[in-house]
Amino acid sequence: MLCGRAFKFGDGISTDHITPGRLAHLRSNLPELAKHVLEDAEPTFVSRVRAGDLIVAGSNFGLGSSREHAPLVIKKVGVSAVLAKSVARIFFRNAINLGLPVLLCDTDKINDGDELEIDLAAGVVKDKTNGSRLTFKKIPEVMLRILNEGGLIPYIKKYGDFRL
Amino acid sequence: MGKTLAEKILSEKSQGDAHSGAFVVAKVDLVFAQDTTGPLTVREFQTSGFKRLANPEKTVLFLDHAAPSPNQQLSADHILLRQFSRQSGCLIFDVGEGVCHQLVAESLAKPGDVIVGADSHTVTAGALGAFATGMGSSDVAVAFGLGKTWLKVPETIKVVVSGSFPEGVSAKDLALHLIGQLGADGATYKALEFGGDSVVKMSIPGRLTIASMAVEAGAKVGLFPSDEVTQDYLAEQGRSDHYQPVSPDADASYEKIINIDVSRLEPMVSQPHAVDNTALARQLKGIEIQQVFIGTCTNGRLEDLAVAATILKGKKRHPDTRLIVAPASREVLLGAIEAGYIATLLEAGAVILPPGCGACLGLHQGVLADGESCLSTANRNFKGRMGNPDAFIYLGSPATAAATAITGEITDPREVM
Ligand code: SF4
Repeated sequence: MLCGRAFKFGDGISTDHITPGRLAHLRSNLPELAKHVLEDAEPTFVSRVRAGDLIVAGSNFGLGSSREHAPLVIKKVGVSAVLAKSVARIFFRNAINLGLPVLLCDTDKINDGDELEIDLAAGVVKDKTNGSRLTFKKIPEVMLRILNEGGLIPYIKKYGDFRL
Repeated sequence: MGKTLAEKILSEKSQGDAHSGAFVVAKVDLVFAQDTTGPLTVREFQTSGFKRLANPEKTVLFLDHAAPSPNQQLSADHILLRQFSRQSGCLIFDVGEGVCHQLVAESLAKPGDVIVGADSHTVTAGALGAFATGMGSSDVAVAFGLGKTWLKVPETIKVVVSGSFPEGVSAKDLALHLIGQLGADGATYKALEFGGDSVVKMSIPGRLTIASMAVEAGAKVGLFPSDEVTQDYLAEQGRSDHYQPVSPDADASYEKIINIDVSRLEPMVSQPHAVDNTALARQLKGIEIQQVFIGTCTNGRLEDLAVAATILKGKKRHPDTRLIVAPASREVLLGAIEAGYIATLLEAGAVILPPGCGACLGLHQGVLADGESCLSTANRNFKGRMGNPDAFIYLGSPATAAATAITGEITDPREVM
């Protein structure tokens, strides 16, 4: 069960919003890079986010670059899951590879600041603030196994190979 | 049932019957990372417990994004990658060789390959008939170690291109038109497969431009069949033995078929801050531009510099508009020097950057000031992309860029040709 507050973002949040190229020199210094997460979309986000909080976005979240640093710093500041109407392919795969759940659902029903409770196994998001209940799309089995091991690197350490 | 290009290649590389929707483990023919994704890839490779690369001669590192390095942190990242190359035996293309995707096209990619790169524009090699896709550092680190990756076989959107390009209109305009039509997530998780009479006539540089932008519609790959044009391109590079014909079956099944007649296209521009926010160049007349950037994996090739030099010959850039040119590779730069394009561009007032990504991702070499606008031949105009979230990026073809450099405002190239 994941619990936290919703931080709402709009459509088309790119990896440049999350970790801009101008900060490429900080990519080997993750604590420093994390201080700028989502800076170009919402400058106050990093000062307000707490462990467990949730990013709730519109469509095509994480479009653009393959930089895994984007989900990495989102996870590093304590975000426990990303909810979106849709998500870009590489970002989706990268987030799961880092053990960060990405859940696809109709995020219009969630407001900024709402308290959410997520049951990953049941596939349900409960909005405790407005009482609504959303179901999210099933994560493909192969990705779920990677997520359950905490990411691709722990998964490969354990199994030594892919198991479809 | 027949197979699409994606299904054919993935069937071959997973030694199975790969139909869209299936999950496969595919052999990887080439795997690479660049200098902003490579350090994390190397660290993840090391923490995974891999002792050696699966195929050192098919594992490549490119120092292209920060080339040469603008600061000490990126210099340290470069050292890490050079050391890893020495220890592991992987290939490395150091500062000055050029943009990873151009080098992959020039000397590494083969039709029928599966290529995985820690860079979203890895799709560029689809122009040669390779199933080439971008992934993050973890996936690439595992491909370094295992020589394979898992993939979901994508559904395919077929794009049938017919007609001849009118003067002043090129592959870039087709790419922008298509993305405007599909939307920035219109092909998410899918393969784009190009075919039709115009594709048969299209040069490899044109195909590379289109394939590189497939990801801007969210696509996993942008695939072209390999044909005589591909064969000639490989032969010119002394790689005739790398050629094999790859084409879809006539009875392949597609999710959707889009027909585009390029003879009806006009010069296109993407407006800030989204690639699918397209308009005709002539509709944007009057928008002042402070910097023009010609280069990148999308449009930094010899043919692109030729177009720009032809338009700029004997002319000067507008006094309020900087003109920055970054050839995509050393070979492109040498060719452009030999053909006289570099002299023409310098005489027109251009700054020539070393081969590499240059100003494309906002690290250095052309960062915009607050409120400034740039017309770039790159593939992305996201907020902050060129180093400043308070600047504006418009995307267009090399011809549109050159015309804009002359007038200082967004200009349909047919006006100055
Ligand atoms: S030229 Fe631009 S888009 Fe291409 S690889 Fe370099 S940074 Fe990426």
